[in-house]
Amino acid sequence: MNKKFDNIKKLYVSKPLKLDCGKTISNFPLAYETYGKLNSDKDNAILVFHALTGDQFVTGTNPITNKEGWWVTAVGPNKALDTDKYFVICANVIGGCMGSFGPRDINPVTNHPYGLDFPVITIRDMVRAQESLLDHLGIKKLLCATGGSMGGMQLLQFCTTFPNKTFSAVPIACSTSHSAQNIALNELARQAIMADPVWDNGKYFEKNIQPKNGLAVARMVGHISYLSEKGMQEKFGRKLQEKADYEFSFNADFQVESYLRHQGYAFVERFDANSILYITRAMDYFDISKQFDGGLIDAFKNQKTKFLVISFSSDWLYTTKENKDIVIALNASGADVSFSEIKTEKGHDSFLVNEPDFLKTLKSFIDSMYEKIKK
Amino acid sequence: MKKEFKVIADLLSNNTRVLDVGCGDGSLMSLLVEEKNIEVRGLELNQDNVQKCIHKGLPVIQGNAESELHQFPNQSFDYVVLSQTLQAFYDPDKVLKELLRIGKSVIISIPNFGFWKVRVKLLLFGKMPVTKTLPNTWYNTPNLHMCTIKDLFIFCDEKNIKIKKVVGVNENKTSLIKRSNLEIKNLFSKLGIFLIG
Repeated sequence: MNKKFDNIKKLYVSKPLKLDCGKTISNFPLAYETYGKLNSDKDNAILVFHALTGDQFVTGTNPITNKEGWWVTAVGPNKALDTDKYFVICANVIGGCMGSFGPRDINPVTNHPYGLDFPVITIRDMVRAQESLLDHLGIKKLLCATGGSMGGMQLLQFCTTFPNKTFSAVPIACSTSHSAQNIALNELARQAIMADPVWDNGKYFEKNIQPKNGLAVARMVGHISYLSEKGMQEKFGRKLQEKADYEFSFNADFQVESYLRHQGYAFVERFDANSILYITRAMDYFDISKQFDGGLIDAFKNQKTKFLVISFSSDWLYTTKENKDIVIALNASGADVSFSEIKTEKGHDSFLVNEPDFLKTLKSFIDSMYEKIKK
Repeated sequence: MKKEFKVIADLLSNNTRVLDVGCGDGSLMSLLVEEKNIEVRGLELNQDNVQKCIHKGLPVIQGNAESELHQFPNQSFDYVVLSQTLQAFYDPDKVLKELLRIGKSVIISIPNFGFWKVRVKLLLFGKMPVTKTLPNTWYNTPNLHMCTIKDLFIFCDEKNIKIKKVVGVNENKTSLIKRSNLEIKNLFSKLGIFLIG
């Protein structure tokens, strides 16, 4: 394992975890980061679940990549998740590549990186692994838990697997099961990686190389799906990339091509191809209603948690309709639920960028929940 | 605080579950939570109002009452409140049916088109009335289906909806409206508040 991962916070989870696939893992690393201070009542903790390509470094500078944290717009002093007031926790999901147990780790049986010998994990496995962290930090009940996209899916799973472990919850731009379109897009990403000869059935890591071309294409697919048609048109249109006319070649003539190439190849520097395979698979398998006999209504019954579901009008990956289905299920179970659709052209990415209406709504909700606890 | 909200609050029992359809900035919900320990939910279309409710810690669902009431299960609330919006729906009949499905009782308030000033304006000036309770002109009013207190009485009778209590409001004065005093109250009430279902 790379030396730069030695200095990040890690919990070795000793309690055996039986995965949904049937295998059991134990004494595995869970990398995490915290921001702000836990108060003496231990009632100001907020757990953030990260999305597909996120990690535990939500804000400030990521010490591994030296880039800004992925949710710097929402987490920090005086921000929606105000680190002067709240104790913000985020863990890297298992299957990931930022220090938690993942396919890059050494398999003690073979003494080689796991690669495809790593067990196939689910969203529920990710969430169960993270529960140990709350015990470790001495937190009995969270003030709030939140996350967007796959983070929102983990959150919904968290609320159903560990009912009432959080006072409030904000699932953002997500759904209770992965749609056919989302599975298809994930499959596109996986096929791009597996079609790269460097990938070599997942054994590339032993040779200290990455299937860069395949991984970059996988990321490009993602980036297209994170924007809206209108947002993309407004941002790029048909503008050419630092040139006056077409080159009559296959170089990146258009700005949008250049953007995708840049995003794709920047990504390979910080992410692992096998992790993309495992995490996208976990997302595809996600279907909460399948875990309960009575479907979704059964899943959310007896919820004391106060929910705020947020969707974005131009998000075509996790549409307002899918988010509203969460609200309908919560309503049908009698849960305390609020819902807001933020009007924006920024697509699925809206929760990661500076979208004032969204950030204001998130801040208002969390602050009002803290006031309720303190009353 | 609006007199109307005070009247509505008085009609509701303590410790019940109430859905406020078109809850605005949550003023009524706040009142119900603080004074009557009522468990509230709001439905509101306007984004600013939704944000105001969330800021106050009130549960609110952003959505359109005309098309999104189906998400609430049958008889899931003790009361459903609809304040001065019935006349703005395309299909008030359908909305009312939904409200009665969701709530064990329903409270509806309407701006009364039978109020004497409204009648006088139309009669004397021959123009669509513009008053404090009806501030818009004919071309920009959201009110598609104006009605009077008497109209709503007749409507409930036709649909076999039980009228439990009706309160008329004129400025700060309130009075009980019964079938015996309907004609006179229909003339002197700016607002009618119906408890039905």
